[in-house]
Amino acid sequence: MKSVEYPSRYAVRKRYAQRVAFWLFRFFSLFIAFILFAILGFIIYKGAGVLSWDFLTKAPSDGMTSGGIFPAIVGTLCLMAGSAVVAFPIGIMSGIYMSEFASKGWVVKFIRLMTNNLSGVPSIVFGLFGMALFVKYLNFGDSILAGSLTLGMLSLPLVIRTTEEALKDIPDSMREGSLALGASKLQTIWRVILPMGMPRIITGLILSLGRVSGETAPILFTCAAYFFPQLPTSIFDQCMALPYHLYVLSTSGTDMAAQQPIAYGTALVLIVIILIINLLSGALRRYFENRLK
Amino acid sequence: MKIEVKDIDFYYGSFHALKNISMGIEQNKVVAFIGPSGCGKSTFLRLFNRMNDLIPDTRLTGQILIDGKDVYAPKVEVDVLRKEIGMVFQRPNPFPMSIFENVAYGLRVNGVKDKVFIAQRVEETLRGAALWDEVKDKLKASAYALSGGQQQRLCIARAMAVSPSVLLMDEPASALDPISTAKVEELIRELRKELTIIIVTHNMQQAARVSDKTAFFYMGEMVEYDDTKVIFTHPRKTETQNYITGRFG
Amino acid sequence: MKKFFEAIVRGVLTCSGFVTSLVILLIIGFLFTEGAGLFNEPMVEEGYVLALNKENDVSSLTAEQIKAVFDEDIVNWKEIGGRDMPITTFRLEDVERYFTVEELGSEYEHVGMCIASLIARSPGMIAFVPQSMLPADAEVRYIDDSTISLSEVFAGTEWFPTATPAPLFGIVPLLAGTLWVSLFAILFALPFGLSVAVYMSEVASERMRSVLKPVIELLNGIPSVVYGFFGLIVIVPLLQQGFNLPVGESGLAGSIVLAIMALPTMITVAEDAMRSCPRSLREASLALGATRWQTICKVVIPSSMSGITSGIVLGIGRAVGETMAVLMVTGNAAIIPTSIVEPLRTIPATIAAELGEAPAGGAHYQALFLLGVILFFITLVINMSVEYISSRNKYKLR
Repeated sequence: MKSVEYPSRYAVRKRYAQRVAFWLFRFFSLFIAFILFAILGFIIYKGAGVLSWDFLTKAPSDGMTSGGIFPAIVGTLCLMAGSAVVAFPIGIMSGIYMSEFASKGWVVKFIRLMTNNLSGVPSIVFGLFGMALFVKYLNFGDSILAGSLTLGMLSLPLVIRTTEEALKDIPDSMREGSLALGASKLQTIWRVILPMGMPRIITGLILSLGRVSGETAPILFTCAAYFFPQLPTSIFDQCMALPYHLYVLSTSGTDMAAQQPIAYGTALVLIVIILIINLLSGALRRYFENRLK
Repeated sequence: MKIEVKDIDFYYGSFHALKNISMGIEQNKVVAFIGPSGCGKSTFLRLFNRMNDLIPDTRLTGQILIDGKDVYAPKVEVDVLRKEIGMVFQRPNPFPMSIFENVAYGLRVNGVKDKVFIAQRVEETLRGAALWDEVKDKLKASAYALSGGQQQRLCIARAMAVSPSVLLMDEPASALDPISTAKVEELIRELRKELTIIIVTHNMQQAARVSDKTAFFYMGEMVEYDDTKVIFTHPRKTETQNYITGRFG
Repeated sequence: MKKFFEAIVRGVLTCSGFVTSLVILLIIGFLFTEGAGLFNEPMVEEGYVLALNKENDVSSLTAEQIKAVFDEDIVNWKEIGGRDMPITTFRLEDVERYFTVEELGSEYEHVGMCIASLIARSPGMIAFVPQSMLPADAEVRYIDDSTISLSEVFAGTEWFPTATPAPLFGIVPLLAGTLWVSLFAILFALPFGLSVAVYMSEVASERMRSVLKPVIELLNGIPSVVYGFFGLIVIVPLLQQGFNLPVGESGLAGSIVLAIMALPTMITVAEDAMRSCPRSLREASLALGATRWQTICKVVIPSSMSGITSGIVLGIGRAVGETMAVLMVTGNAAIIPTSIVEPLRTIPATIAAELGEAPAGGAHYQALFLLGVILFFITLVINMSVEYISSRNKYKLR
């Protein structure tokens, strides 16, 4: 065979193209990181001065122009807990079913399709749905119960997928080992599979709580109160919530200038909750990984 | 000597994968590397076209000279080097493109734009790989429509299209059925007329059938390197003897 | 006993497997029943009628025409198919301009009679009054009480749910606003998203990746109100100054915020797709003398195209459905956008902004649920196409 004549400058040109492209990518990536740090930095910088013990433990006063955000913090924690009660048990069971019981074929495909579709439903649609079903039809009214149920529905897909993926990654040899010892399928799941999958399930669940804590649209019409300075006493009470509070403070009100520092503080508290949740799940993941080694 | 290897030591992190290897390979010869899994033969093969550069945390000492030039010299550009040294992999790995584009790929990424020339070259190399008659009517079809054996010959044609002077083959027939294997071996004997071939194989009969010289690797060392006939009939080392008689491996 | 127990647990697990399907069904059911109710609502506010002089031969008007008449944009009957005479509009609050208190009676007991006689003697008058007020034998004609029609909603170019006598529920401006702002968001996000995905999957060192990965996760975790707040406080004023706009709240501000919010989804999915491109393909390309960049362009990206597309489409889905951030920064003007630097309004923002004020069960309330249905179906289509794209064989030629 003849040999090939290559254009002599091409090798240089393509290496040059690569260098330019890679620098561009590096620049874009750093820019994204910069955006994150700009947002976080801005809110921390502006909000840090507002933060104080009183801010965290007092109710808002003077038409929201002074005082703290304690009821909103409590409200958000209530909603996180409520949505966990709603979504975790059924979501985990659904995940177990998907990973351990559902035979391959159309059932799994169908359920997965539905789960993916549900995770794509916009949060405002959940808000509408929660209002129609829980607030109006079941007559719970604007309440923590209605809000928790709505948020629970919203976090279902994430919980299911987390559980399913955690269990799927456990090698089949574990299942076979247990079954070979005469354990039933349920015993195997309960004593072998779930304990092994638990670390990843837990970190995933914590992350889903983080998502719940920041959702606003679903609670707009199901739970959130504009101003409700006393703490909720039952699940049929309305409550304030951090994200909704931030929305109200930054878009409406009597004295925008006086509200703004409180808005910064609220945003900071919200961000700190999200950060803590992310760090916690990361730390737990590392802890469990190290323990397995 | 087409290729000279001088005192090669290679490490993955702290693992000493290749220990003090030196050898020479003549032009237009087929050299087989044999040895049990994990003996370092594939790692060694991948040093010739610097494929191991892709793996982080590796270290190399010693020299590999091809046509007297150090492959690892600082000013060497790997893309130019790899154009000179073709490689065929363990499993057929055609690109998700048409058969034609697979063969033309190497020319295109090295700047050849002349369509007529590319078309000629594709035909020439597909004929060289004894694949032309089977695919000439479906050059536009996906390479994934071919059988495993055809895919592997396509990969050989793809490597040959850029006209390398050395061809590295990493267990090229291990994923193929016996008939396809025979075709690939036939091809290797043909290709020897044009270039120097290094073939890694765990199949000793294959090494005996296609190669002029054979090197036996064990635990990161090159135990023995000699004419294939000598290795398979009168090996000097007992490890070689044990391996080729099937006592381990 | 044990067997029985196991059967029960199995049953419970199986049922829970279908919980997401159930939720989707419930969403469809509840949104639909409320949303579809809109088309049974009368065009004119419930209990009210539009009364004309008996001589007037106009019998039906569209909601847009009614609004134009009462806004005095249409001032002559011939513009809407009637005879050539000027239009006078009459609302209940105008009654004291025409009649004295004595005529109306001390408890307004004669108000119906008065209005009926007023209409009878003014040939060009159109009156918007409660039906119960007019006497049954009044010498007037009524505009046909039609219900809100599909075409008024889906082809209507005006969204004015609080207009009286006839509210307008044209969704075109909202739909256009949603698509417009999402389109720009994706255009902004695309170069960044793909670059970062390629960088993380192909170029970055392990250390750089371990820095970028949490950055992307955190960007994904920041709540949308915080993005909205940041957009309102930082981006909106910047745009206002930078482009010298009358108001900074605009589609552009919305698209920028949405672009940032859509990035994490895009990056994660596209990066996963590229990482799953087999190593053997990359090696084959490199062994032929291709550079890494050539390998990325010609092998990695084409072979992970379905995953990359899924990432982009999921990003679009996120942008289309995003509510709070958009609500806070786009200015919420329900007009069909002609440029991106104008205020505009999206479907989710409309729902969020108006549902609180819409009386439950009324036409406005139902219209908002209809918007919810539309939004749900848009995202459903988006999700289905993602499923379809990613189910296609990765290595088949197209």
